[in-house]
Amino acid sequence: MAPGRLSPGGGMGLMDAESIQPILFWILAGVTGGCAIAVVLAQNIVRCAVWLLLTLGGTSGIFFLLGADFVGAAQLLIYVGGTLVLVVFGVMLTAQGPFITMKIGPAEWAVATTVGLLLYAVLAASLWTWQAGPPNERMDDSHHSLSSTVLGEALLNVDKATPRSNLAGMPDSAQARPRKQMGYLLPFEIVSVHLLVVLIGAAYLARAKRRRGVAI
Amino acid sequence: MSAFFSWLSESWSYYWPAIIAVIAAFLLITFMLLGAIFSVWLERKVSARIQDRLGPTRVGGKFGWLQTLADGLKLLVKEDIIPTSADHLLFRFGPYIALVGSFLAFVALPFGDNVVAENLNIAVFYMLAVMSTEIFGVILAGYGSGSKWALFGAMREAAQVVSYEVPMAICVLIPVIVAGTMNLTTIGRQQTGMFWNWYLFHDPFTFCAFWTYFTCATASCKRAPFDLAEAESELVAGFHTEYSGFRWLILFMAEYGSMFAVSGIATLLFLGGWNLGILPFELSETWLGWVGNLINVVVFLVKGFLLVFVMMWVRWTLPRLRIDQVMMTCLKYLLPISCALMLGVSVWQLIFPGGVLPLGPRPGWWNAAGAPAMVGH
Amino acid sequence: MIADISLNHYLLLGALLFVCGAVSMATKRNAIGVLIGVELVLNAANINFVALARFARDAQGNPVFEVEGQIFALFIIVLAAAEAAIALAIVLNFYNNHMTVDVDTAEELKG
Repeated sequence: MAPGRLSPGGGMGLMDAESIQPILFWILAGVTGGCAIAVVLAQNIVRCAVWLLLTLGGTSGIFFLLGADFVGAAQLLIYVGGTLVLVVFGVMLTAQGPFITMKIGPAEWAVATTVGLLLYAVLAASLWTWQAGPPNERMDDSHHSLSSTVLGEALLNVDKATPRSNLAGMPDSAQARPRKQMGYLLPFEIVSVHLLVVLIGAAYLARAKRRRGVAI
Repeated sequence: MSAFFSWLSESWSYYWPAIIAVIAAFLLITFMLLGAIFSVWLERKVSARIQDRLGPTRVGGKFGWLQTLADGLKLLVKEDIIPTSADHLLFRFGPYIALVGSFLAFVALPFGDNVVAENLNIAVFYMLAVMSTEIFGVILAGYGSGSKWALFGAMREAAQVVSYEVPMAICVLIPVIVAGTMNLTTIGRQQTGMFWNWYLFHDPFTFCAFWTYFTCATASCKRAPFDLAEAESELVAGFHTEYSGFRWLILFMAEYGSMFAVSGIATLLFLGGWNLGILPFELSETWLGWVGNLINVVVFLVKGFLLVFVMMWVRWTLPRLRIDQVMMTCLKYLLPISCALMLGVSVWQLIFPGGVLPLGPRPGWWNAAGAPAMVGH
Repeated sequence: MIADISLNHYLLLGALLFVCGAVSMATKRNAIGVLIGVELVLNAANINFVALARFARDAQGNPVFEVEGQIFALFIIVLAAAEAAIALAIVLNFYNNHMTVDVDTAEELKG
């Protein structure tokens, strides 16, 4: 697949981008990555949750940038509006004093930083040496977001939802391999019921009980 | 000269999408500001008339048009007070998160036929999603204030808003099932023509869904009778006890903004959106293009603010509910009702897929392209 | 590299989130801090899924995982919500028993 159109000026400056996708990407990636690092560095647990909120918001923006509108909105609705509210409630319920912080020693910080940087170097190096087939295409404005209709049709295993293609790593065959007959509706239902069961279990597990050794 | 213009268009064409985005954002935030100013004035007049008094009558003529402007100026020059026990970062941060959550909802809200900042395919879902992030502003504001009244108010309010999102989303789903798309522009186009095309009158389930949705929307905007987070008689002022001046203004801009956003969703999903309802054709396609669009926008704004007026009317009429009554209303009444309505509308769509009476938008002399597409890729 | 955003950029961002989550899981003393690290790791996986959904192409240039990537991301979001709920319930029980959420005090099963 040919890479995106290059401007007649040549070169690799920002002006040569055909769109504002690079600007958006760097802003969103900066917010997401910076706030993720802030999550690690924050000592106060409430501020940690706030940086996590911004990281999740930035991730949702990345999803919108990648053309996954539905997933981005679902991330905001479920993750930010549900899971993170749960986490913040947990923080408030277990806070033992105003803005208490739990510090770790400098030796632990040194070890953690070293291991973290090593892990990131390993992951980045593996990306550099990985040849995934056709060269990665550039982002430009010509890609349209996936509509929810396509997602719904894929759930119901409609064959025309997305074109069939040869998956890499499967045994070779001349024709495109057929998609599984199931569609994704059954796993979706299973996951929904699973979530319901888990939430009921969690609510039961966390019910108010008499504290051991403390009279109520 | 032409060389200059061609150089200008060539070098600026890379940034054209960014410039358009900035202009659209500027227009939307101006609308939010003016809408908030208008809503505050409307609230004071409505509350005054319901309480048998006059309200603002001095600033700006007989009706006190500029009262809110004067109030805003006062708030801008007020001293910026931050309590000593407050967490500085969270205290400053909270109102802006609420404002961002409220503002992002306007990006996908169409004011007229294709008069929208971004015509998202999942517009309604997106609006619900971003408005659900607004609660974080409230939580941070309440916690960051370092005062127990603020914290209690914020926690009660978080529980209330998060609980009411569930029946609200189900009630939004009901006209989406009828329409077959979540694209608000398409849903508006499907209701062109006379007012019996509106989804409010499509079947009894959507009719009930409108009232249920409006109740849930009032609760999720923290408006009375569900406003125990701001309950003046109980919690001083709830989560915004410690806020004064400009930050309080931001919190209230967010509140009135989200009030208009949920009213806008109700207008588009149930009340026909920008369609006038008394003309059998679509204005922006028959008359002079931009005049029709202008009339559509005005009709949408009138309908939206009418629903905001109803919210205010309800606020000053009904007494406040207790927190346990609020949660009981949501979980024991509104949630089963909305689930039953969704079941009903699904069965209705199975039995009468094309509607009961042949009164839908028909291809005709006003629209040479035929009936609008129901499901789009 | 600055103006040509391709798949590698998104995978590197996912790797950064993953590393931050892993370090957070390892170093935080507050149990809820560990839970926050888990959420970061799951979000990193989500970014990878959606980026590959957008960019992965087979030899003929057809998109391979366009829909599957997004559906998997949705599954992960839902399952992360379930897992966070259970983790918080466990943390609350721990708090009720020990009056603290410091994981360094969880030594009853040690040695």
